Amino acid sequence: MKHAEEYRDGRLARALAARIARAAAPAARYHFMEFCGGHTHAIARYGIEDLLPGNVRLIHGPGCPVCVLPVGRIDAAIRLAERAEVTLCSYGDLMRVPGSRGTSLLRAKAAGADIRMVYSTLDALRIAEAEPKREVVFFAIGFETTTPPTALAIRLAADKKLKNFTVFCNHVLTPSAIQNILESPDLRELGCVRIDGFIGPAHVSTVIGAEPYAFFAKEFEKAVVIAGFEPLDVMQSILMLINQVNEGRHEVENQYGRAVRRQGNERAKADVAEIFELRKSFEWRGLGVVPYSGLRLKSSYAAFDTERRFGIESVSTSDNVACECGAILRGAKRPTDCKLFGTVCTPETPMGSCMVSAEGACAAHWAYGRFRDRAREVS
Amino acid sequence: MSVSGDDSIIRVGRVDFGGVVKEINLAYTPEAQRGDYVLVHVGFALAVIDEVEAQRTLAYLREIAALDVAHADTAP
Repeated sequence: MKHAEEYRDGRLARALAARIARAAAPAARYHFMEFCGGHTHAIARYGIEDLLPGNVRLIHGPGCPVCVLPVGRIDAAIRLAERAEVTLCSYGDLMRVPGSRGTSLLRAKAAGADIRMVYSTLDALRIAEAEPKREVVFFAIGFETTTPPTALAIRLAADKKLKNFTVFCNHVLTPSAIQNILESPDLRELGCVRIDGFIGPAHVSTVIGAEPYAFFAKEFEKAVVIAGFEPLDVMQSILMLINQVNEGRHEVENQYGRAVRRQGNERAKADVAEIFELRKSFEWRGLGVVPYSGLRLKSSYAAFDTERRFGIESVSTSDNVACECGAILRGAKRPTDCKLFGTVCTPETPMGSCMVSAEGACAAHWAYGRFRDRAREVS
Repeated sequence: MSVSGDDSIIRVGRVDFGGVVKEINLAYTPEAQRGDYVLVHVGFALAVIDEVEAQRTLAYLREIAALDVAHADTAP
């Protein structure tokens, strides 16, 4: 595919690796967090960590939408789907996420609940139009990239005066999560996580632009480079981050200029602002309750709000006690630090959310990284 | 990509993903035209790829590779 394969050229990658090795000062340490699950996946898949000098470390962040959804919200969705009148529409990657007591959407579906996998919010809308007797609920999750499509579906539902379409909104905000990590005790007090800069989100930034990260550069003095999802994009961004650190700069730079404009996507932002408002707080798996980090429907769109229609109460449920997803999502632990990793917890039988999504740190390490570990043991 | 539908909300493009063709909503990329490359997320085009910027990035990467070859040649 054009605009993808050019950025996977092995020869250019080796040249970039050599440049990175020269740029990294031997006495210095460089710790960069890739926020996005898309980057986590690319880093594992293309073995980028093997191309970096030992003093350049990448820390996986919480930007995997499936991974940060707390168990309580999965449970709530399953309870909804078990109602006879409800058809629950969900993106495919949520289907296998474990709820409490061994449940999942997939198991609920097998037990008879009407749960349908959709590719787009508009598929869910079409189901609502085609089946007016069903109460169609769209299980909306994700960061700023999936929010505009949800907003558009709600706008269309309002235009069409649909009475049987609602949205169970779990949309969350990237900048709030970054701020939470920067203010977390792991970073401030315990000193177990050190972050010099961020590999900034690719697709999220096409929507929100570069501006929201300026705060982290200015107030927290962190380098930020918005990066594309291809391996050369990631490597060029790491070089740019190293150069910022070496020069004592902390700015927002954009490596992904072919898709990200400084102001983002104005239309998408306007739609989101029309339909949604900030929640006072929202629970994240791993980060806990984060103030002003999630969205809900404005009261003017209450008719399309699943939580208002069905009176859903959010019950906070704890994860499997041995599961380290929380600490992994904060960058405080690595997948191999978890006792469950690769023993009882694999993509076939995930115990925690990080093993479910291909963007999760554990799934990425299981699919690619563990072979590096093994090669290292052998050598 | 080819385009159909006049209404800006339901404007649809047929997008070729390396052989698989899918209908993609273009509400957020009103500037998208036939032949453009778009960045797609959950069935929606979020950005039109800027050809000039893409070439700029590639030129930079190739320049680094060329410099690196030169560096390797001159290294003792």
